[in-house]
Amino acid sequence: MTGARVPADSPTGGSTPQSTILSAADVGRVVDRIAHEIIENTAKSGFEAVLLGIPTRGVPLAKRLAARIKAFADVDLPVGSLDITLYRDDLRMRGVRPLGETIEPDGGITDRIVILVDDVLFSGRTIRAALDALTELGRPGAVQLAVLVDRGHRQLPIRADYVGKNVPTAASQSVRVTLAEIDGTDGVSVS
Amino acid sequence: MKNLLSAADLDRDEAIAILDTAARMHAIQTREVKKLPPLRGRTVVNLFFEDSTRTRSSFEIAGKWLSADVINVSAKGSSVSKGESLRDTALTVAAMGVDALVVRHHASGAVHRLASWVDCHVVNAGDGTHEHPTQALLDAYTLRERIKEFADRHVVIVGDITHSRVARSNVLLLNTLGARVTLVAPPTLMPSGVASWPCATSWDLNETLSGKSHGDVDAVMMLRVQRERMSGGYFPTEREYAISYGLSPARLDLLGDDVPILHPGPMNRGLEISSAAADSARSLILNQVQAGVSVRMAVLYRLLAGAEEVTV
Repeated sequence: MTGARVPADSPTGGSTPQSTILSAADVGRVVDRIAHEIIENTAKSGFEAVLLGIPTRGVPLAKRLAARIKAFADVDLPVGSLDITLYRDDLRMRGVRPLGETIEPDGGITDRIVILVDDVLFSGRTIRAALDALTELGRPGAVQLAVLVDRGHRQLPIRADYVGKNVPTAASQSVRVTLAEIDGTDGVSVS
Repeated sequence: MKNLLSAADLDRDEAIAILDTAARMHAIQTREVKKLPPLRGRTVVNLFFEDSTRTRSSFEIAGKWLSADVINVSAKGSSVSKGESLRDTALTVAAMGVDALVVRHHASGAVHRLASWVDCHVVNAGDGTHEHPTQALLDAYTLRERIKEFADRHVVIVGDITHSRVARSNVLLLNTLGARVTLVAPPTLMPSGVASWPCATSWDLNETLSGKSHGDVDAVMMLRVQRERMSGGYFPTEREYAISYGLSPARLDLLGDDVPILHPGPMNRGLEISSAAADSARSLILNQVQAGVSVRMAVLYRLLAGAEEVTV
C-alpha cells in the first residue's frame, strides 16, 4: 500500500506520464467552493465549528479555508493542526517517522463541529487515525471531513463531507498535491 | 538506531531528530490525557544495578505514557543479590521476550557488554563513570530551549570530570551538535585521557567564566561532587573545593545576566553550587528535570516505534 499523500520530491515510479488534474487557478476555485459549502452547513449551528488540518498539506489548506470563510461570511473559524503519526496503524511497517505538530484550536474542540482537512483521501486509514487522535483532545459535537482530492480505493468505511475533486485512479498511480506554502506552487497531478 | 549506548552513537541528524521528537512529546504532556499509543504491546524492562530515582522513574513514566508495558528490576532483592552474573541476568530477562532493556550499572562498560549478549534494544541509563547519554540529551534539550542554536556556542562544564558520566556524554553530544565545550576542574579531577576529548580544559574557573581565557560563555553546567567517591584525597577539604570551584554569588556576577546554569542533580548546595545560583532566574535545573520524561519518550519512540532494521 502506498501512502495517501505522496511527497513532492518522491519518484513518480509508474510508467504512466504525469497529467494535471487541477491547475493553480482550479485549486483556488475548489477551495472557494468548499469554503461556501462549509458556511452553508455550519451557519445553522451558529458557526460553532473548527478547522483541523492534518500535517503536512492539510494545515495550509485549513488556513486557506478559514481565510476564505472569513472573506465570504465574515466568520472567524478557529484553525488547528492534528498530527496523527502516533495513531497510525502502519507505524511498525517502516522506519521511525518524525512527528508533526498538534495545535489545539482556540476554545478546544468539545461540542463543536470539527472539520478535518486533508489533501488526498485514499485508503481512509489516515482519517481513522485522526478520529482516534481526536478523542484525546476532547469530545466533538460532530466530525466532518474536507479533502482537496478523493482518489478512491477506500479500505475503511469512511467518506468525505466536502470534496474538491473526485479523481478516478488506479491503485498503482500516485496523486501529487502541491501547495504554494510548502511547494511553491499550487496544483494536483496524477502519474 | 538499535541501541543508545553512548552519546557518540548519535550523528547530528539523529540527535536533532530526538530533540525535535522530545519537543512534540513535551507538548502532549500538557494535555489531560497523556497516554499515547505507539508502543502498545511492547515491553520495556528497567534493569537497574545501581540506585536511581529520577532516571528510573522518568524512564518508567516515559514508557507508560507511550503505552509500553514497563517492568522494573533492581539488583536489590533480585537474583543478582543471589550471585547471578550480569550475563545470566541479562539473558534471563531478555529471554522473556522484552523489546528493550534500559540498563544502569556501576561498572563502566557493563552496558556495552550486555548489549552484545542480547538481541533486544538496549539503552544505557548510566554505566559507572563512563556515559549517560539520555542525561546529555535532556541537557541539550533544555539548553536548546534557551539558546536556540548550538553552532559556535560555548558551554563550560565544571566539577568532577573524572567520575562524571554526565560530563563525558555531554562533551560528545555538544560537540556533535556543533557547540564548543570547556571543562574546568582541579587537576586531580581531570581524567587522564582528556587530551583526546573534543574539548578544551582549564583549571581556573574565574578566568574561564569571565571569558578571559576561553572566550565568552553561553552556558554553564555544574557537576555534582560525588561525596561517595571522595575518599581518594582529590581535594583537601570541601570548603576549599567550594572556594576554588563552587558557583558562588561572586562568580555568578562574572557571567552575563542571561547565561543559563544547569546541574544534573542531585545538588550539594553550598559545595559546587550556591543557592543564589541554583535558585536564580537563569537556573534551568528544574527545566532539566521536566525535560527528562520528554527526552526519554523520544528515545524510546525512536528506538521502538518503527520497523525493526534489518541487520545484514
